[in-house]
Amino acid sequence: MIASSWLLVAFPALGALILLLGGNRTNAWGHLLGCATVIASFVYGLAMFFADSFAEAADTTVYSWIPVGALQVDFGLRIDPLSVTFVLLITGVGSLIHIYSIGYMAEDRDRRRFFAYLNLFVASMLVLVLGNSFVTLYLGWEGVGLASYLLIGWYTDRPSAATAAKKAFLMNRVGDVGLALAIFLMFKHIGSTSYAEVFAGIGDVSPGVVTAIGLLLLLGACGKSGQFPLQAWLPDAMEGPTPVSALIHAATMVTAGVYLVARSAPIYNLTEDGRLLVTIVGAFTLLLGSIIGCAYDDIKKVLAYSTVSQIGYMMLAVGLGPFGYALGIAHLLTHGFFKAGLFLGAGSVMHAMNDEVDMRKFGGLYRKMPITFATFGLGYLAIIGFPFLSGFYTKDAIIEAAFGQEGWRGWIFGGSALLAAGITGFYMTRLVLLTFFGKQRWRETTSADGREFHPHESPPVMTVPMIVLAVGSVAAGALLISGDTLAEFLVPAVGELSESDHGVLPHALIPWLTVLISALGVLLAWTLFGRRDTPVERPANVSWPVRAARKDLYGNALNEALVATPGLWLTRFSVFADNRGVDGAVNGLAAGLGGGSGRLRRLQTGFVRSYALSMLGGGVLLVGALLAVRYS
Amino acid sequence: MTVLLALILLPLAGALALTGLRSNDRLATITALAVSIVELLLIVPLWLAYDPGGERIQQASSMDWIPAFGVHISFGIDGIALLMIAVIALLVPIVIGALHSTDKLPEGRSAAGFLALILVQQALTIAVFAATDVFLFYVLFEIMLIPMYFLIGGYGGARRQYAAVKFFLYSFLGGLIMLASAIGAYSLAADELGQGTFDWATLVDVVSDAPASTQIWLFLGFFLAFAIKAPLVPFHTWLPDAAGQAPIGVTVLLVGVLDKVGTFGFLRYCLPMFPEGSERLAPLVLVLGVIGVIYGSMLAAGQQDMKRFVAYVSLAHFGFIAIGIFAFTQQAMVGSATYMLNHSIATGMLILVVGIIAARGGSTRISDYGGMAKVTPILGGMLLLAGLSTLSLPGTNSFISEFLVLLGAFETRPAYAIVATVGMVLAAAYVLWLYQRIMTGPVRGDALLGASPGPGAVEAPEAGAKKTIRDLSVTEIAVLAPLVVLVLGLGFYPKPVLDTVTPTVDATLTAVQER
Repeated sequence: MIASSWLLVAFPALGALILLLGGNRTNAWGHLLGCATVIASFVYGLAMFFADSFAEAADTTVYSWIPVGALQVDFGLRIDPLSVTFVLLITGVGSLIHIYSIGYMAEDRDRRRFFAYLNLFVASMLVLVLGNSFVTLYLGWEGVGLASYLLIGWYTDRPSAATAAKKAFLMNRVGDVGLALAIFLMFKHIGSTSYAEVFAGIGDVSPGVVTAIGLLLLLGACGKSGQFPLQAWLPDAMEGPTPVSALIHAATMVTAGVYLVARSAPIYNLTEDGRLLVTIVGAFTLLLGSIIGCAYDDIKKVLAYSTVSQIGYMMLAVGLGPFGYALGIAHLLTHGFFKAGLFLGAGSVMHAMNDEVDMRKFGGLYRKMPITFATFGLGYLAIIGFPFLSGFYTKDAIIEAAFGQEGWRGWIFGGSALLAAGITGFYMTRLVLLTFFGKQRWRETTSADGREFHPHESPPVMTVPMIVLAVGSVAAGALLISGDTLAEFLVPAVGELSESDHGVLPHALIPWLTVLISALGVLLAWTLFGRRDTPVERPANVSWPVRAARKDLYGNALNEALVATPGLWLTRFSVFADNRGVDGAVNGLAAGLGGGSGRLRRLQTGFVRSYALSMLGGGVLLVGALLAVRYS
Repeated sequence: MTVLLALILLPLAGALALTGLRSNDRLATITALAVSIVELLLIVPLWLAYDPGGERIQQASSMDWIPAFGVHISFGIDGIALLMIAVIALLVPIVIGALHSTDKLPEGRSAAGFLALILVQQALTIAVFAATDVFLFYVLFEIMLIPMYFLIGGYGGARRQYAAVKFFLYSFLGGLIMLASAIGAYSLAADELGQGTFDWATLVDVVSDAPASTQIWLFLGFFLAFAIKAPLVPFHTWLPDAAGQAPIGVTVLLVGVLDKVGTFGFLRYCLPMFPEGSERLAPLVLVLGVIGVIYGSMLAAGQQDMKRFVAYVSLAHFGFIAIGIFAFTQQAMVGSATYMLNHSIATGMLILVVGIIAARGGSTRISDYGGMAKVTPILGGMLLLAGLSTLSLPGTNSFISEFLVLLGAFETRPAYAIVATVGMVLAAAYVLWLYQRIMTGPVRGDALLGASPGPGAVEAPEAGAKKTIRDLSVTEIAVLAPLVVLVLGLGFYPKPVLDTVTPTVDATLTAVQER
């Protein structure tokens, strides 16, 4: 089965191709084809998972892609525990979200094209995780960026969607520059870009270069995964339809940065500085995301910042190296379940509420949407780390590993992860209280386009995927973590999971400490939002920290001031300089040579004879010069 | 007669035939299209006969022209020339096929005249790539300007005269300086061999042994001509005017193929003939290349006019090509050689799509459009695909080249490569901003909702039943289809092209490195 693993990519790629080329002729059945191709890949992946063993990485070459002398890039796939894990996540969650989209996008004229883009995304994402060289990874990496661009900008008539799509692509490109430069460094120092040869040769490279590669890969990871300082695009990406937010901007694509670090484990194992910076980025971002998540009233933006924060946890984990690769991937998987579930739940609420996203207009929806409430509730309990649900296992494992570091690192990384767990409890509880509990505030107001709200439960095509994901949110953590199931499975790809024995806090204490801190966050949120009514209007007179959080802790302002505004002025200046300076000099020179602008104007009469004359003159000169050379 | 000679003579014969069809535009178009398609089919035997591992120059043929000065009419191709000849043979039928959608000839002008000029241009361009005599190359380099001058000056936009003269004088002057260098090389050969010659292979042998100071001066003469042609900063200001004023089909040929004579010249003449001079002056060229990448991208982002936008985009891309050539590594140079092909395909497609938009909307101002993707989704998709290739997205043809250029340049010239890599981000910025302004947002703009948006206007459901632009027809899709296939095909399977140019690049590189 491994030899034909290219089929995994081929199914969705073919789907995208048929739907894009077929155009409106495929409208009637396009969504079904879109679902079928992803399900086919999922089934193939499952069959492979059960039929084959993955004791060691199996590389297969499909064809020779970029062969130039010493550079031999194959279009090749690597089947190992890490890639198979991702294949199952992508196609599994992908299938559910494709099915959900049949219902969610039912009203859209262009639903068929939507499924084409989703298929394109799945195919690219599979290339990303299956590729067996950094260049094939790069192909998938930018491919998912394209799909993300197309889908964020789905509602083309909204200028905000187009801007958000462009912003996402551009900030990703900044990260991609890092990835590209890392590839150039690998080729320069190792002479190859394939995993097998890079990982075999990385030991002979000087430590400075290894660290440089590690940092450049991290830049790429930050761009794709919305980590500081490239986090600002991810919340804006919520302009896309909600299934897109669930699949691309929560469960799969944005976790590619974590995949990249885990995949590059042999590189990061050799660079302590590189790993340290990964953990710092992760620890900082998980706090940043959770703090901003408290301030938004837009349900999708809260979830988006929650994603930023949760990926921060994963980055922190994989930055711990052998202590954390498997833990980061485990949290990535459970997060894939519960965050996709939460987004689909949010989509279900929006579907019922005329696409409204302002939670201040929600309230008391649990009575109108019981299934959505129940599945969303399970996802909520999973993310805040309610005992024995998914988050409890995977997030706690990361906090434990962080506290397991020596000295200040243990306190800083463990402490920030623990604190953010409390903040997560706060913002998620606030979200659930504002949306599902309290007064039915939607009765007093209307949606942006002036329609009244008539909330209703979503059709089964949407609720069934939500139920499946909710089950996953409940059970996945225990399955993956207890008995180190996942960690042992991943050994061939990322090595043994190390246990730390010099942590700054006792092991047994940490899970319950985490539960306690989360509970405090929940309690605080209940005191503020559960016990009293929430106004429909957003309070304007708020303290400084809330104002700062509402402004994304000035992340956008910083981008604006450092990049966008100078760039705009530089562009304007360049245009001015080129028209007046460079071209002006050329025209000035021409005018000067011709003895004034009058002469130049006369040259422009377009009479061919004057050019013929000048060419004749040139010809005479030419013959003269040749004769001079010949007979000198 | 070799296939190569047939490729040069056939369009000339076609042009001659067209002079008799001045009264029948339709027949003239069909004739020209037929000739150009036969020409394209002739590429097949040329490609099959070319053996990448074989002689440096293949399909060689030669006859005396001016024996007194050792001037021959001799032609032949290497891998890079083969690609360039193939791409112009591909673009001419596409340009002719799209003519109806992109350009409206001025009142009273017959299609036959325009098409004859295009065919003459094609023949001369093929000849200039195929010339293996330096004097012949010079003559063709200059004569090539004449049909282009008439195409811009006779059929272009409002400021066509200014643009045509500027184009002509600029290139002509560059050519004259090159001629001085060529004569210098001739005299070196005369001293060395006792008898002067313009034969390329002989000159390479003789001149490459000349002292560095001589080589630098001779190099500069050729370099200036090619830097104007390509163009590199700061010799570029003729291009936005020429590209902005020329008819769309002509812009495709000008930016897509003619400009490549410049970068082709670097590879075929500057490097092998003046290896020492090339080495010494490489930092200068690299600086110009990097400036071109960054400055061209900035300028592209700042343009209000679609056609000028394309010209500045090309400026940035020529920067990449120059960097790849003068980094002197195999990967970078293969990158540049294929960039010349891929830029023709990607930019050719971009110009055609922009031209179709402009012809329908009656304006080349970007701000006259908005929200077009809603009205014309296929046209929107074509613009996006051309744009994605322009920003070198992996999976498109241009990625292979840009990646190779940067990867190869990083080996020997990391600082330049790192700065040029910023161009990747800038390319995304200018392409996506263009797409955003034209294609997204609410449907708006004079061109889309104007009183008379040109032929084929249809009711726009979104715009309150006003007239607006219609989407691509089946014929138009068929005309663009070969480019779509090549953009994706060469993105995923570039091997045939890479294998064709790699031996030529190796030979060029050996010539430089053996010094």
